[in-house]
Amino acid sequence: MSATSHDAAPMPPKQETPFRRFVSEYSESPVAVASFVLVVLIFSIALLAPFISPQNPYDLAQLDIMDGRQPPGSKSLEGLTFWLGTDDQGRDMLSGIMYGLRISLGVGAGSAVIACFVGTALGLIAAFAGGKTDTGIMRLVDLQLSFPAILVALMILAFLGKGVMNVMLALVIVEWARFARTARSAALVEARREYMEAAQCLALPKWRLVFRHMLPNCMPPIIVIFTILVARSITLEATLSFLGLGVPITEPSLGLLIANGYQYMLSGKYWISFYPGIALLVTIMAINLVGDQMRDVLNPRLKR
Amino acid sequence: MTTWMLRRLIQAAFVMLVMTVIVFIGVNVIGDPVEILISPEADQAERARAVAALGLDKPLWEQYWRFLSGAVQGDLGRSFVFNEPALKLIAQRMPATLELAITAVLLSVILGIPLGLYAGLRPNSIGGKAIMGASILGFSLPTFWVGLMLIMVFAVQLGWLPSTGRGPTRELFGVQWSFLTWDGLRHMAMPALNLALGNIALVLRLTRAGVRENLPMDYVKFARAKGISPNRVVFVHVLKNILIPIVTVVGLEIGGLIAFAVVTESVFAWPGMGKLIIDSINVLDRPVIVAYLMMIVLLFVVINLIVDLLYTVLDPRVRLETKE
Repeated sequence: MSATSHDAAPMPPKQETPFRRFVSEYSESPVAVASFVLVVLIFSIALLAPFISPQNPYDLAQLDIMDGRQPPGSKSLEGLTFWLGTDDQGRDMLSGIMYGLRISLGVGAGSAVIACFVGTALGLIAAFAGGKTDTGIMRLVDLQLSFPAILVALMILAFLGKGVMNVMLALVIVEWARFARTARSAALVEARREYMEAAQCLALPKWRLVFRHMLPNCMPPIIVIFTILVARSITLEATLSFLGLGVPITEPSLGLLIANGYQYMLSGKYWISFYPGIALLVTIMAINLVGDQMRDVLNPRLKR
Repeated sequence: MTTWMLRRLIQAAFVMLVMTVIVFIGVNVIGDPVEILISPEADQAERARAVAALGLDKPLWEQYWRFLSGAVQGDLGRSFVFNEPALKLIAQRMPATLELAITAVLLSVILGIPLGLYAGLRPNSIGGKAIMGASILGFSLPTFWVGLMLIMVFAVQLGWLPSTGRGPTRELFGVQWSFLTWDGLRHMAMPALNLALGNIALVLRLTRAGVRENLPMDYVKFARAKGISPNRVVFVHVLKNILIPIVTVVGLEIGGLIAFAVVTESVFAWPGMGKLIIDSINVLDRPVIVAYLMMIVLLFVVINLIVDLLYTVLDPRVRLETKE
């Protein structure tokens, strides 16, 4: 590998860059590759929803209440085909799902990113500072992880009320602890390595030591946790929205779409809840499978 | 050992105290109790009187003290909706939730261990692979959606099971239980399975991993060499060794099941504490919210305490570590 690899290598280039090795090891499993493609596809659908969806499900001018609760495959009064049926407002479910994905992925991935920054920073600080700072942060982590995520989120939303920002805040508070724990344990291993000693001998400032030298080497486990937690926060958001504690009705995520269809389920109109659920399921499964493969590839204990 | 236990108890009490502060701040500082407790039509004088009656004009630490001393005496206020003591409401709903959670634990063991044994003994068979694949589904499927699908298939399409509610109950030790009547059991089947799903997958995977780990061990070879029947080797010798981690994990998960019952109870309209808290949050019935949170925190602190104590009893390594 020569200078051509500079675009693919965030880490110092060797003969074979770590990134290339990662890609080639990752691609050994066809299922994992397919899942990755699926994840990219789902994120693109969410991003491009306004351009590719058959209708804008929240533009009331485009909706006709006469089209309400039509089964999948039926046609609207204007000749539009509802491939996945319509909900009680006459909304095309396919468009509803595409827009719902935007909210679900935005809230899920967004909160995971913020939690990743906060948690990783606190974990590194705990590992590097040691002493009382370390004990304080880790006690907080322990305390929080001894309660299930749904309960903590429920508690926060009971105080704050619903809303997109509140849900994201709740998810960040639920998740930062896992990042902190992972980052700390990775950092404690790295801190004993020779390159850290060398960097310390250069009398570099502490923040530079931690964030420029140590952090890149702590990334593999953090990335794995990140993928898993994205999937988990999407599920948690959907659950909270289903319970009526999550996003408001004006910004429906997949969970809220499913909740809206709940009352029609008993009369056999399954599609209002069924298809958003399938979309949710496929998204979560795909992200989890990507995370599984990453864990296998990045785990040094499984190195072949 | 005694000092350690004492320290652990003090720690638990401290966690409890911290949680009362968090709940108190959450309810009284982030939310404005005046807005919720006093009707919007009240005039200034009425407002002032109500504020004084509720003690909201006092400094914050004094309000907290009142809340705490009330909580210790089991008084967490009256529900606005039901006009009954909040704690009594929670206590009334608790058996329904516990019944559901315990049934879910039993289901996860009864289904999880045999499936895990099969997958562990025949890892390359189609059945074994199918079980492992299904267990991934068990982890990733959102609980509430599985619940809806169960209702759709078994209640709406097939009509085998009732869709929602608890069904008839019968009294035992002064408490109403569903599992004592046939119709009650039918009502419980779907919610319990729904709640157990994640744990079935967990137990199954633990069992499989344990079997795979234990089979190549010397004691298994020795037992075989002694001519003990293969069934006895698996069900007596191997199973005994893999049960320890399973029991621990299942024990730890009981708290999680009670917390997660919130979702299942909402889907199946099961009248437990979980449904009560969701309803209370939706109508802003603060005393019930506070009472639920305090009860569940207490429950968790107690469960964690018991698990920690059991660890030291079961595993001598933990005991040694704490001595250092």
